[in-house]
Amino acid sequence: MTAAARARRYEARKVPETRQATSAMIASLAAEGYDAAPAPFGHALSDLANTDERIVGLSADLSKYTDLHIFAQKHPDRFYQMGMAEQVLMSAAAGLAHEGFIPFATTYAVFASRRAYDFICMAIAEENLPVKIVCALPGLTTGYGPSHQATEDLAIFRGMPNLVIVDPCDAVDVAQMVPEMAAHDGPVYARLLRGNVPSVLRRHKPDYRFRLGKAQMIREGADVLVVSSGLMTMRALDAATELARDGIEVAVLHSPTIKPLDRDTILAEAGKGRLLVTAENHTVIGGLGEAVAATLLRAGVTPTFRQIGLPDAFLEAGALPTLHDMYGLSTKAVIAQIKGWL
Amino acid sequence: MTHIASTGLLSNVSLQRRAHNIRRKAILMGEVQGQGYVGQALGVSDVLAVCFFHALELRAEDPEWEGRDRFLLSIGHYAIAIYAAFMEAGILPEEELETYGMDDSRMPMSGMASYTPGMEITGGSLGHGLGIGVGMALGLKRKNNPALVYNLMSDGELGEGSTWEAAMSASHHKLDNLIAIVDFNDQQADGKSTEMLSSEPVPDKWTAFGWFAQRVDGNDIGALVAAFDAARDHPGRQPRVIICDTKMCKGVPFLEQRDATHFVRVEPDEWAKALSVLDEEIPA
Ligand SMILES: Cc1ncc(C[n+]2csc(CCOP(=O)(O)OP(=O)(O)O)c2C)c(N)n1
Ligand SMILES: [Mg+2]
Repeated sequence: MTAAARARRYEARKVPETRQATSAMIASLAAEGYDAAPAPFGHALSDLANTDERIVGLSADLSKYTDLHIFAQKHPDRFYQMGMAEQVLMSAAAGLAHEGFIPFATTYAVFASRRAYDFICMAIAEENLPVKIVCALPGLTTGYGPSHQATEDLAIFRGMPNLVIVDPCDAVDVAQMVPEMAAHDGPVYARLLRGNVPSVLRRHKPDYRFRLGKAQMIREGADVLVVSSGLMTMRALDAATELARDGIEVAVLHSPTIKPLDRDTILAEAGKGRLLVTAENHTVIGGLGEAVAATLLRAGVTPTFRQIGLPDAFLEAGALPTLHDMYGLSTKAVIAQIKGWL
Repeated sequence: MTHIASTGLLSNVSLQRRAHNIRRKAILMGEVQGQGYVGQALGVSDVLAVCFFHALELRAEDPEWEGRDRFLLSIGHYAIAIYAAFMEAGILPEEELETYGMDDSRMPMSGMASYTPGMEITGGSLGHGLGIGVGMALGLKRKNNPALVYNLMSDGELGEGSTWEAAMSASHHKLDNLIAIVDFNDQQADGKSTEMLSSEPVPDKWTAFGWFAQRVDGNDIGALVAAFDAARDHPGRQPRVIICDTKMCKGVPFLEQRDATHFVRVEPDEWAKALSVLDEEIPA
């Protein structure tokens, strides 16, 4: 603990005038103005299981909190409750894959990436087994503090060979990634949005379809190119709508597959002379932003480059909207950052 | 090991009354957030009353006193219950009760060392406390400090491999200064622990790992006092565990009867009702 933190514990606090609850384990991310779909992951996996006998589901005491309970209700004999034991969750998923099944294993992103890493790395990835790891509370999607905020899961997992990494934006991404993950012959890690998940992408691009490994332009714009993933694509699109009113044209390239990155599309778009901003619900270290930066440098493409993302710090506990403002992930904060760079 | 009662926390208030007061404060905090782990807090209040007002050596005015018994909250989500106990013990001021879980509060929903005086560790990622307790117990012995280490953990944590690594380590190192308290409420996030990943027979497992194990009704203060005393006074050079069978929502019958879940559902108008039901029987 730093000396400052140690001292701060002894500072008395006042009851705030406007109260904002932590809403600690928020089921769904609030997204104003968008329709929402309930539990898109749970429903998509249940549907897929109807036609693919190999699908099984496992959770480490978090099925209700990863929407896997929908699958468990529809296919009770194909669901394994592993209890709160993330290491055996991953080892057992590997074992099921050895026997020809396609296991979908769920927990929170922090527990998969931090506690179960070695088990995913050696039991699953090294053998390129088709285990699909689907994790709720990615990045900053809970106000519960560092124990539940997976601010560095992408950095942790990007170094793991064979592992494909997906960071979906909305209900369409979540639902459509499920069959593509199953079809991929190898391990996949997906960040999950759970509960009532907004439908964002089709509002901006009616014919949008998720395609594993592909980045797609959702919106064109001449001044700025935002390359984003996950819920930050929603923020980027909302910010772009606002900025257009001020005459600032922002293009949004959604890159839900973090690894392998869609190098060709990113390089083609980055070479058009716009300010390039990456936006991710993750620390600025080791995630989408740095992956894009390295891709550009290696290819000798060097636009002006800026990063929107979480600081390299353990984040505070509190209400999620407060934290998104504080750490630069809210639409308001995205707009301010982009304006500041122009 | 001799037990010198901490003068700061000694008083003629009964442990039953302490438990009642802890429950009251937990309900008031639950109302502040309109949700949360009030069911766990009500269940574990008797255990905490015995910890903070009978078993532990603490100085409320000096939470970092070197001679204190270390109390580790491995189960970070039980923080609401610990804050209630801290307030009852005078470690936190009651005026801050309504900041619980608010922005910039000293009482975040998940217990963290860097936020709250008296909070020894950052919990929340479950299965950490016992291992840290092993290290603290080793460290205290190195320093010839007679303080004890208490680790409050849950039945859910019995699923984590790390718990059993620590259990084996503690008995190998003969840590007779380490006391684990398991709140066995037969509840986890997805359902009943005995139906999801059963750890029964629980005392036999700890005994097999080399621990002095007791299992008690965790809502019976007399039984808890006897168990905590026996854990402290046990002559064996081995760690000790007290498995406390508790009832979620204990003390508020209409909540006790509600479907058991990890987050007990409490409607906005029910908080006041819960308080008045609780206050129907105020222990002497
Ligand atoms: C390592 C880890 N895995 C999963 C979780 C998510 N989680 C929070 S509480 C909980 C239930 C654990 O059981 P227990 O502590 O007995 O729960 P309770 O009695 O409070 O319902 C789970 C799975 C966690 N906090 N840490
Ligand atoms: Mg429990």
